[in-house]
Amino acid sequence: MNIKKSVQRYKWLYVMLIPGVVYYLVFKFGPMFGLLAAFKDYQPMRGFFGSPWVGMKHFIRFFTGNSFWRILKNTLVISGLNLIFYFPAPILIALLLNEVRVKWFKTAVQSVLYVPHFLSWVVITGISYALLTTDGGVLNNVIADMTGGKTVNFLGSEKWLYPLVVFQNVWKESGWGTIIFMAALAGIDIEMYEAAKLDGANRLQQIMYITLPAIRSTIITMLILRLGKVMETGFDQLLLMQNPMNRNVAEVIDTYVYSMGMKNGQLSFATAVGLFKSVIGLILVLASDRAAKKVGDEGLL
Amino acid sequence: MKISLSERIFNVIVYTILILVFLIVFFPLMYVVSSSFASAKELAENRFLIIPKKPTLEVYQYIFSTSTFLRSMVVTIGITVVGTVVNLIMTCLMAYPLSRRNLPGRKWIMLAVTFTLVFNGGMIPSYLVVNGLGLIDSYWALIIPGAISSFNLVLVKNFFQEIPESLIDAAQIDGSSEINTLAKIVLPLSKPALATFTMFYAVGHWNQFMQPLLYINDSKKWPIQILLRQIVLMSQSGVGDDDAMPPGFILPVKSLKMACIVVSTMPIIMAYPFMQKYFDKGVMAGSIKG
Repeated sequence: MNIKKSVQRYKWLYVMLIPGVVYYLVFKFGPMFGLLAAFKDYQPMRGFFGSPWVGMKHFIRFFTGNSFWRILKNTLVISGLNLIFYFPAPILIALLLNEVRVKWFKTAVQSVLYVPHFLSWVVITGISYALLTTDGGVLNNVIADMTGGKTVNFLGSEKWLYPLVVFQNVWKESGWGTIIFMAALAGIDIEMYEAAKLDGANRLQQIMYITLPAIRSTIITMLILRLGKVMETGFDQLLLMQNPMNRNVAEVIDTYVYSMGMKNGQLSFATAVGLFKSVIGLILVLASDRAAKKVGDEGLL
Repeated sequence: MKISLSERIFNVIVYTILILVFLIVFFPLMYVVSSSFASAKELAENRFLIIPKKPTLEVYQYIFSTSTFLRSMVVTIGITVVGTVVNLIMTCLMAYPLSRRNLPGRKWIMLAVTFTLVFNGGMIPSYLVVNGLGLIDSYWALIIPGAISSFNLVLVKNFFQEIPESLIDAAQIDGSSEINTLAKIVLPLSKPALATFTMFYAVGHWNQFMQPLLYINDSKKWPIQILLRQIVLMSQSGVGDDDAMPPGFILPVKSLKMACIVVSTMPIIMAYPFMQKYFDKGVMAGSIKG
């Protein structure tokens, strides 16, 4: 038999696959199966299989509850602001770095700009608190000196949360984000610049007509892939930045799932909320992947 | 060649903006380090402190004299080392068979792996699985559930595929077993890629926050990020037992928090120069998409 023969021939390759396949079944597909808890009233005492089915009850409660629009809005606003401010930042920095001819300067700037990517959100939140607190934070000290004693409550007010979260993102990731654009920039033929110079093009014109077109497809691909992740707002970041004063705007889908499921013990309801997010996320990623392939990139999948 | 005026203005603008960006990133980092060396008095008096005039190590001495912080560091080092080894073994072991183009069934497994890239059970169902396996409050809960990142698996598989098949065929004609081919031919040729993934996995373990938040309730087992959150964001001191404080010693809370940040980030900063080598590699650029 054909199958028997190939199993015989590739026996050891299949043996090597066993740990990975078992891992995937338990820890990746197991939780997908566990999503059925969204249609049950999960009670830890009765176990997963013993808990009663309740159909769409949790979804109806979520969609008609008064948290739904607030949480969806927070998630989309934070994503949207990230798209507007955080997305272009690495491109601009990469373009600027590309114009630097002094090698040590370029290396120094790059080395420092990559560092925040490797810091945890706990550390970044800690730094934000140290700099911004009204109780002796550096920035508030400066503001107080300039305004004669007034301080701004950055950390405990609703109106500062969005700008703060977006700034943290830009600060943490825009240096690291330059890498993919720098790779694209490295592929540009130097002779094109030489030719442009002979034709009398200035540096700005060289950027407009050589550099930008060269990384255009990278930019479009990254933008499309980013759009696929609109439902993703960092769990660590938002959970850590949340406090009773700003929860109204800082609660996003991920942190809501955590607080309903893990803190209030409403596991089934929280699973339903999570499933809602995963399904929307799936649709968005598939759509964006298709779009990325259409513009000529190999896409994500 | 003469540099024109417009060229000069252009350069000034480029360098000015970059220096500004550099300072925005650099200042907070430096502030953390320098204020960790400042005394409470100096921090209170100096409203815009850059470099402490009388640096002191007292908060560092305090941190290293209490058991809580050190225990947490040791726990996290252990999880990072064991976890990263598990990551690499599991990832390579699965990536190698999947990189062999003529392995029957390979397509189906790749399809399943790709599906996990775009869809997952999410937080609560994952918790139910870990809980069901009795892993709550076990360090394995921080290692096994994330043993393979699908994204890294696909990239490692693609990297293995770049290795010429003739090399593998030649080895096997000479009687090399599959595991031997992986260890002696494929892995040595993949060193830069493996270094990159080691780094990703290790940093991931070190900075892990959500998993211990969900899976570790026992505060004696807290890894560093959870303890750090407790110290920096929640309580006033919290580093350890009050007994460790000498009588009359007033804890400079602010510098203590900063020192905890510095110590907990030290391993990453120390590894940074070694990681830098791999930053411009192609694997890295490809992995940023995710």
